[in-house]
Amino acid sequence: MLPEFFFGYFACAILGLAMLTVTRKNLVHSVLWMLLLFLHIACLYLFLNAEFLAVIQIIVYAGAILVLFLFLVMLLNLREEHEARRFVKAWQGRLAVCILLLTVIVISVYKATVQPTGGYSIAFINEAGHTKVLGTVLFNQYVLPFLMTALVLFVPMVAAIVLAMKERKR
Amino acid sequence: MELLVTMAKTVLYVAAVFGVTLLHVAYATYFERKVIGRMQGRIGPVEVGFRGLLQPFADMVKSLFKEDIIPAAADRPLFFLAPVIVVASVMTSLAVIPFFNNGAIADLNVGVLFIFAMASLAVYGIIIAGWSSNSKYSFFGAIRSAAQVISYEIAMGISLAGVFLMAGSVNLNDIVLAQREQPLGMFAVLQIVGFVVFVISAFAETNRTPFDLPEAETELVAGYLTEYSGFRYALFFLAEYISMYIMAALIALCYLGGWALPGFVTRALPFLEQVPGIVWFLIKVYAFMFFYFWVRATLPRYRFDQLMAIGWKILIPVSVVNIVITAFVKRWLM
Repeated sequence: MLPEFFFGYFACAILGLAMLTVTRKNLVHSVLWMLLLFLHIACLYLFLNAEFLAVIQIIVYAGAILVLFLFLVMLLNLREEHEARRFVKAWQGRLAVCILLLTVIVISVYKATVQPTGGYSIAFINEAGHTKVLGTVLFNQYVLPFLMTALVLFVPMVAAIVLAMKERKR
Repeated sequence: MELLVTMAKTVLYVAAVFGVTLLHVAYATYFERKVIGRMQGRIGPVEVGFRGLLQPFADMVKSLFKEDIIPAAADRPLFFLAPVIVVASVMTSLAVIPFFNNGAIADLNVGVLFIFAMASLAVYGIIIAGWSSNSKYSFFGAIRSAAQVISYEIAMGISLAGVFLMAGSVNLNDIVLAQREQPLGMFAVLQIVGFVVFVISAFAETNRTPFDLPEAETELVAGYLTEYSGFRYALFFLAEYISMYIMAALIALCYLGGWALPGFVTRALPFLEQVPGIVWFLIKVYAFMFFYFWVRATLPRYRFDQLMAIGWKILIPVSVVNIVITAFVKRWLM
């Protein structure tokens, strides 16, 4: 009963916070609601026994990425959101997209089946330690995707530096 | 019923840790003023109480009764929220610190990372404080502070990875236990590179001299604190000192052997085992706190570009090399 109650709270809170994030006029407030949203997501990870992921969610998303968002918003001094021209004015289009998305979600929920459990049961993970198990799987089974991710993240960084250096030369 | 008893015990323990920490913070300010006074040929506070021992309480009462000024153009909710965020995130890190064997409020398997997560949340308090004050000095101070904290957090995390590799765990209790059979009973000997990087980053992370640029009086008045007064200012002050304690505790636990004694000492003098671990822990923490004050009395402040150059061009590469070497040694030579 208690886990369901907590899950219910976090699920509803995440939805509500997401709504608050996209509807605030002030962008700094919006980023701060998003911070609260990320914290709730971290709590959901905790309920899945994924303490390492929960902490990384806070360190990386809340501690690094969102701070950069906040920097950007403050440095550009975007106190109030500018009224941008909409691509499509008709509300029917928005409604259609929403319904489409909802259908996909509903179908995927109904199609979901319980897969056979692998070697990593909750008991095993609790015994060996979540961080250790994650490291073993990541660096043995998925080492290539891991390196690919690193490369994908590295390329834009180099690109940004190259662009900035060009600016300086002029 | 059992659940209720555990909960009541935890709440009492939390309250005890909270209260004791606040007392320590109060006397850390006294300790700092005395130490720096002596180093500069003064005598420090002497008026209130015996040898000025009641000075921290006098300061506290003063700051509580000061007028609480809020700038007219401030973003009021965020202006109120900023000090709360800073204090709450710093206080939460106290929960995972083992003061003695298994003495943490919450013995998390990801203890160290939890402290990092909370430290990265404290940045929000600083940025919001600067932004919501709606003053240019506050804003510049906040931007500086945030840039500094984010940059040095990287070096700090990477330098600690060496310790994780040596201990084979991120649990603070396990890290302490792993150090008993190390040379001198501490990782600071074999991980000397990581230790130096971590100490420098700890100074930058807590905005202390020589890295106290966010509060550089000559350039920025008081940085992000400019518009704060009274008890809100006191809250920021409190958070700064608690985070100094947390950094000192992390250094004591991860590099100096924490609450445990080295194996060779307990074998030679077995009666020392009877001394509670918190004594050794506090000795190490206060040794480091003294180091904080010593450095403050000795070194001038860096320039901002020097600060960034030290962080990105020296500390981060050095700590990355340190990880690689540690990993190689651990894998093939030990």
